[in-house]
Amino acid sequence: MSKELVIISGKGGAGKTTLTASLACVLKDKVIVDADADAANMYLLLKPQVKHKELFKGNPKAYIDVDKCIKCDECRRLCRFDAIHINENGEYYVDELKCDSCELCKIACPVGAIEMKDVYSGEWYESETPYGIMVHAKLYPGAENSGNLVTMVKHRAKLIAEEKGIEYILVDGSPGIGCPVISTISGAYFVIAVAEPTPAGIHDLKRVKELCDSFKVKSGVVINKYDLNMQKTKEIGDFAEKEGMPVLGRIPFDTCVNRAITDLEMPYNRCEKVKKSVDYIFRNIMESL
Amino acid sequence: MKIAVTSGKGGTGKTTIATMLAYACDNPQYIDCDAEEPNGYLFLKPKIERVEPFNVLVPKINEDICTFCGKCADACVYKALVVMGEPLKKTMFFDELCHSCGACAYVCPVEGALVEVPDEIGKIKIGKAQYIDFVMGELNIGEASATQLIASLKKNYINESKTVILDSPPGTSCTVVETIEGVDYVLLVTEPTSFGLSDLKLSVELVRDMGLKFGIVVNKYEEDNTLIDDYAKEEGIEILFRLPFSKEFAESYSKSELPFEKFKDDFKDLLKKIEERV
Repeated sequence: MSKELVIISGKGGAGKTTLTASLACVLKDKVIVDADADAANMYLLLKPQVKHKELFKGNPKAYIDVDKCIKCDECRRLCRFDAIHINENGEYYVDELKCDSCELCKIACPVGAIEMKDVYSGEWYESETPYGIMVHAKLYPGAENSGNLVTMVKHRAKLIAEEKGIEYILVDGSPGIGCPVISTISGAYFVIAVAEPTPAGIHDLKRVKELCDSFKVKSGVVINKYDLNMQKTKEIGDFAEKEGMPVLGRIPFDTCVNRAITDLEMPYNRCEKVKKSVDYIFRNIMESL
Repeated sequence: MKIAVTSGKGGTGKTTIATMLAYACDNPQYIDCDAEEPNGYLFLKPKIERVEPFNVLVPKINEDICTFCGKCADACVYKALVVMGEPLKKTMFFDELCHSCGACAYVCPVEGALVEVPDEIGKIKIGKAQYIDFVMGELNIGEASATQLIASLKKNYINESKTVILDSPPGTSCTVVETIEGVDYVLLVTEPTSFGLSDLKLSVELVRDMGLKFGIVVNKYEEDNTLIDDYAKEEGIEILFRLPFSKEFAESYSKSELPFEKFKDDFKDLLKKIEERV
């Protein structure tokens, strides 16, 4: 059975993708997953060759047939998502971005003027990269259901891992603690939380830790740009110790990382300090498993 | 006037820009809509005067009068309800799958068998940071979606007589749509890296789809790096403000101390530019 190693952070911009891409350089036996379908970035560094692409069907959206609609207003009154509006011609219509696909309007329509129509909310890919197979996705802007798309790509990666006898699945998660993150960590073997030594970083780390605990997933922390504020770095260490969360390692602030990313190069291959830290972090992760 | 501050990529400086902009307004209200990870309070340090629970409605079934007909479960597209008829006569509700749409209650044929009751999914905190009216949403941990919480912040807490600054979650999905919908202007905060640019393009696609007025703020700007400038020029998008990169800034950020006073005039100029474009 393959083991999912998941990198998340709560706060955006903490260094999830940099760390995941770096770990992809060290960990050999893995399938790579970019689960941040909302703002995927790992493709920029891993330069995947897409071998297989599929559209992702989101939940169907309500659609009002204006020829049948008798303008009774029942649908608009009942909709809890404020998705039904009246246009300048007095016709009822559904705002697809706001429709939650609950179908209450369809159930309630007395003349059967509302039906549900399939929409595609994104696409996902199976690709080859110099660092192994990668499964990734793109959610169309404004789309919902990123949690389902995450579950989909993780499932796909698992099938590939099982078929090819690959031991690890390395997952780059999205920021926050909501539905895509919940989907990302559910079923995970180990969560690596990246935190930066700032008050926002600490605030968000605490919420991530609590989320991991509530899903009964083991977690460890990596402190990125740790030398920006040694006092906050110590605070993160104290918090981790109190929570029984191992500190897997620290990465220094290094302008080389931004330059590497700008040149679309792997920070691990270009920045000596990052390489050293990530090698150390990798050993610690393997010991923690 | 309502201004939303958002970004495709996380960590580009939404909260920095939003709080500094609020500080530069004469009559501001700052609303933190990033309810999954609200951070604005760390910098504005408001005095919280009121904390209100944010509830959504969830079904509660009275099994004494329920006929176990299963209509509620059939209506629930999220599969949050399971009904077992004879001989088990049991219902199950999975709170984490419920979207509070009300379909189950609508279809239940037995009066009182299924009623909707409030369930807390987050909190709304209201206070004051000097002259800034402060509101923040905070999603309870383990809850999947902040969309309804954000909808409530916008519907019930906005003070129209103020200059309202909405600090958005990152990304381009449903929570961002909810935050920026209907605002007068959207500031897209980005940084001059390939990640920043890639995610900026997604944000631009979204705001254009939604037909909103928008402009770019480049944070961590470096003079020799024209990545964002080139893109903006090509797309005909205006860059309203550039906040230069400095290690001192990063260090003061890491101590929760933003240089509000030092940049007040710059942000006043930014506000003026936005006002002219609305």
